[in-house]
Amino acid sequence: MDTDRERHRARETAFYLFTQQSLPACKPVLTPGWVIAIFLFMGVIFIPVGLISLRASHCVVEIVDRYDIDCVPEPSRMDKVSYIQDDSIPKNCSHFMKYINPSWIDAEVNSYSLQMYVKSRSDKQLLDGQKYHDTSSCQPVESNNNRPIVPCGLIAWSLFNDTFEFIREGAELKVNRKNIAWKSDRGHKFGKNVYPFNFQNGTLIGGGKLNPEIPLSDQEDLIVWMRTSALPSFRKLYGRIEEDLDVDDVVVVNLMNNYNTYSFGGKKKLVLSTSSWLGGKNDFLGHACVFVGCSSLTLAIIFMLLHVKYRRPYGDMSYLPWNRKSFSG
Amino acid sequence: MVLLSTSEPTGVAYVQTTNLDGESNLKTRYAKQETLQKIPEKENVSGLIKCEKPNRNIYGFQANMEVDGKQVSLGPSNIILRGCELKNTTWAVGVAVYAGSETKAMLNNSGAPSKRSRLETHMNLEIIFLSLFLVALCTVVSVCAAVWLRRHRDELDYLPFYRRKDFSEDEEKNYNYYGWGLEIFFTFLMSVIVFQIMIPISLYISMELVRVGQAYFMIRDAEMYDESSNTRFQCRALNINEDLGQIKYVFSDKTGTLTENMMEFQCASIWGVDFNGGKATSQDQKDGYFVQADGQVLRPKMVVKTDPELLQYVRNGKETKEGSYVHDFFLALAACNTIVPIIVDTPDPTLKLIDYQGESPDEQALVYAAAAYGFMLIERTSGHIVIDIQGERKRFNVLGLHEFDSDRKRMSVILGFPNQSVKVFVKGADTTMFSVIDRSLNTSIIRATEAHLQSYSSIGLRTLVIGMRELSTSEFEEWHSAFEVASTALMGRARLLRKIASNIESNLCILGASGIEDKLQQGVPEAIESLRTAGIKVWVLTGDKQETAISIGYSSKLLTSKMTQVIVNSNSKESCRKSLEDAIIMSKKLTTTSGTTNETGRTLGTGSTPVALIIDGTSLVYILDSELEERLFELACNCSVVLCCRVAPLQKAGIISLVKKRTSDMTLAIGDGANDVSMIQMADVGVGISGQEGRQAVMASDFAMGQFRFLVPLLFVHGHWNYQRMGYMILYNFYRNAVFVLVLFWYVLFTCFTLTTAINEWSSVLYSVIYTSVPTIVVGILDKDLSRLTLLKHPQLYGAGHRDECYNRTLFWITMLDTLYQSVVVFFIPLLAYWGSTIDAASIGDLWTLAVVILVNLHLAMDVIHWNWITHAAIWGSIIATFICVIVIDAIPSLVGYWAIFEIAKTRLFWFCLLAIIVTALIPRFVVKVLYQFYAPCDVQIAREAEKFWAQSQSAAVEVEMSPILDHPRR
Repeated sequence: MDTDRERHRARETAFYLFTQQSLPACKPVLTPGWVIAIFLFMGVIFIPVGLISLRASHCVVEIVDRYDIDCVPEPSRMDKVSYIQDDSIPKNCSHFMKYINPSWIDAEVNSYSLQMYVKSRSDKQLLDGQKYHDTSSCQPVESNNNRPIVPCGLIAWSLFNDTFEFIREGAELKVNRKNIAWKSDRGHKFGKNVYPFNFQNGTLIGGGKLNPEIPLSDQEDLIVWMRTSALPSFRKLYGRIEEDLDVDDVVVVNLMNNYNTYSFGGKKKLVLSTSSWLGGKNDFLGHACVFVGCSSLTLAIIFMLLHVKYRRPYGDMSYLPWNRKSFSG
Repeated sequence: MVLLSTSEPTGVAYVQTTNLDGESNLKTRYAKQETLQKIPEKENVSGLIKCEKPNRNIYGFQANMEVDGKQVSLGPSNIILRGCELKNTTWAVGVAVYAGSETKAMLNNSGAPSKRSRLETHMNLEIIFLSLFLVALCTVVSVCAAVWLRRHRDELDYLPFYRRKDFSEDEEKNYNYYGWGLEIFFTFLMSVIVFQIMIPISLYISMELVRVGQAYFMIRDAEMYDESSNTRFQCRALNINEDLGQIKYVFSDKTGTLTENMMEFQCASIWGVDFNGGKATSQDQKDGYFVQADGQVLRPKMVVKTDPELLQYVRNGKETKEGSYVHDFFLALAACNTIVPIIVDTPDPTLKLIDYQGESPDEQALVYAAAAYGFMLIERTSGHIVIDIQGERKRFNVLGLHEFDSDRKRMSVILGFPNQSVKVFVKGADTTMFSVIDRSLNTSIIRATEAHLQSYSSIGLRTLVIGMRELSTSEFEEWHSAFEVASTALMGRARLLRKIASNIESNLCILGASGIEDKLQQGVPEAIESLRTAGIKVWVLTGDKQETAISIGYSSKLLTSKMTQVIVNSNSKESCRKSLEDAIIMSKKLTTTSGTTNETGRTLGTGSTPVALIIDGTSLVYILDSELEERLFELACNCSVVLCCRVAPLQKAGIISLVKKRTSDMTLAIGDGANDVSMIQMADVGVGISGQEGRQAVMASDFAMGQFRFLVPLLFVHGHWNYQRMGYMILYNFYRNAVFVLVLFWYVLFTCFTLTTAINEWSSVLYSVIYTSVPTIVVGILDKDLSRLTLLKHPQLYGAGHRDECYNRTLFWITMLDTLYQSVVVFFIPLLAYWGSTIDAASIGDLWTLAVVILVNLHLAMDVIHWNWITHAAIWGSIIATFICVIVIDAIPSLVGYWAIFEIAKTRLFWFCLLAIIVTALIPRFVVKVLYQFYAPCDVQIAREAEKFWAQSQSAAVEVEMSPILDHPRR
């Protein structure tokens, strides 16, 4: 009974405080001490973070090799487009790469892309196959000879189809091409019972073909390719070399130069790289963090000096303009 | 309507003009002698009235009437205006001269303009800037797209990524490609669609919500609740809340707004003795004085405080010398007036109340006072009056009456006593009375009275001096014949009467003086004082007489004895021009000799002589709507106080528009009567007092409240808060949308200008709906930069609104620069950190989304001053809600970005990026803010620190903490 009334009164008081806009509140004021502390703290956090990232990035070994020009035979260099479109010419090509540091590596593809076509796909079809009929989003590659295409859309149509073989000292390196796509994509985005159908049967062939016997959820190249990249210069995972390479190992790469980037002036590169806990080789974040940390420390010092030299008494009402005026006058 | 005749034999009609000028007392209107005898129902009255064209001046009328071949001149006292109420007059017959929309009442109505807050007007301009910026962005995109298409035009057919031709059909046809020109056009349109968030449509919605919240708090404010009339504050307009923080001019009505419209007799000085009813006994006060006659009790309607000592004198009768003076004094009070007593029935049949109705509330007060002391006016006709003196009814013949006029500033009545003696009683303003008082008699008494008058007026009482003289028979005869001649004279009657009056009003014997309090509303002087301290100019516009207005000015502390009064009373345009020019020169001299012209208009005490301008309605007729307006404005700017008296409703609006036209300062009008409606509508902010005088003012107003003093919390507390909140909110909303759009824009630059977005569509839509909207609204409603106490203690803090501190063009551009910087940081840190990696569009899009949302919310958090639990919940809740939304969106398998957030959140780079983005983006703003707060603090900042400091020091041991602030050397 009493507690009820008390609770009621407490609620009423709280409501009164609310309507009078006098709820208990914290009113932080930036005092010099706080400001300097904040800057020092940021400096202390960011410089180590930056240094660690830099170190991680430096540990990553990365070899980039551009092969799209070298792999076109000398006589065809004038007209690379007709070379790449001619199916009769074998597109074999060998490359030598010098490897410096032993580790396990990714093979990545670097190409050049425009982003207009990222909408030309049907995620529902990828999951449900031909059962899903509304593939208008796939235009202009939604059907051929009045039969639907699976997987439809420009992205799938332009599937990357260069292949690589790595040979060290005469022996082929084992490249694991499984598990290069996200598990979630394999499990829930690409149907287990959906098989390629009527794919690359049109007049204009865009890229690679798919084995119609393998369901989409196992076509990992396709899955990786369908994760459209964010940037014009992007890399796609090709596979993992599961043997350690030693310093000064020379790796011969036999590749099939099938994919046409010549018609739009794109580049193709092969990247062999290790990876660290932070990702690939990229110094930027490390530099940025160190920079931010250093500037925070500098600011902290500047503020300290300023505070010592030009101290303004904190919350002194005599600094209010009307008070100041009456002192001078 | 020109009066022809009335039920009164003298042709008098009593009217009440509440609806026209707000005065609730009775005014007398006269029918002309010539028409008085004619009764239109019985005979045909024919005549011709020539009158001026319909105009707005309710105090002026000029016409001629031709009746029976005689020319009769008509003045304002011969007409009854539409809107007047006839009182105590059974009927009145007249000729309508103005009808319908030409009546003065209608002409004084101005249409209700739609109001828009100044902040919003400024904001709309900024929105135009943003639109231009948007167009610029879209143009950049489409131009770049054009260049790209041109350079790649040969490859377009075969590009796998940009299909110009559709090869799936047998014949090749263009696929979604309409030629170079149209493609560019479509690009432009598409970019408008993608970037349209730039124009903060949601801002208008959130502004409305914030205003509703602010209005709620204003309405619920306990300090603006009027207990006496049980009225809350009312918010009738929802779109000008923030204007309350920028008011520079307050135009106030007097009657009912500053005052309670109630006069009260306070004290008297009789024969050099001061009686101020300080310690009143309770016994007599209960019922006051009453008269018993024919088994009925007559009692004055209003009970007046009485001074026991004085009451004693009155009771003792006129045996003693003092007693006789007191007797004469009260007789003068009861007789020398134009009051009409009306006997009102009460439910109790034996009790009747006497209600005194009259033109002047002062006279009412005096008659009530006389009645309280036993001199009860019972009956008045044009020939005689009956006064009940201490229970004894006496009849006096009224032999003549000289009415009050503004030149003489006194009135007199000549009474024939029952014992055949004739006395003239005069009552008037002290300035004119002392000149007609016989100085040779009783110098000591005159001096004492003067001293008393001085002390009365210094406490804001309205003073009147009363004098008396006994007329000898010859004097009376002489006066009588002259009076007869003058009152029937056709030409220059007023002048003749005035001359006769001044002849008879001479060599008076002083009786004493009275002090009447025009009761101010509670807290009015304090309110005006703090309004002036805040740099707000208070103008009083009243329909009252000049003297009344000035005395109210004194009692409400509007005028002080230090001020120089400049009075402009003119009757023609030329004299107006002259007096204005003189006044300007004078005011300039006064303000320049004082050294610094204080821009805030605050009196600094030493040196400066503030000038008060007092101007009347007649002069304003010539000034308004002519080239003299400019001069009046110039003059008014030099003056710290402006009092306008005798102004018509539309003139009030005219004065406001005069100010509004020439400055960009905000104006506020406050009034309570129907006559204030046009002024309330004209001002930027109209405040209605929900008092006794009807509801018209409240209906026309934007805000309505119970008392004038609520203006102070309304402006200083709510106005300040609303302005600060709204100003910040607008800037923040611009920032918040622009950051997002710019991030989208940078991405377009990397996708061949084809307007692909990495941030998924759902997030784009939800951005301004869920991710960032709630905190701005909450902060817009709840943030307080200073506490109520501090704001009320230092009215000067209101100046922040005058100086446009919270929202101005500079701030807008600084914010936009900061926006640009922040968007660059948000976009390019992930871009460079993930450059040349396997990152996919959906993942980096999620990173951008989260980075923008967290940044924008932390930016807000950095600027919030007043953190209560609701603010915490809103800001942190929004960030959490964003995470949840992103996760939910990424858990839908049919969307492109399926599971992206989980994949990217597994990497440490993601979290490092997020941290780096937020810190890097906020550092410049933080540094600028800190520097600004330390080395160029604004008033509000210092006051805030002081508030915190004092709160701390009070909680700590008092004696230790007091010293540092006091001992600090002042620079």
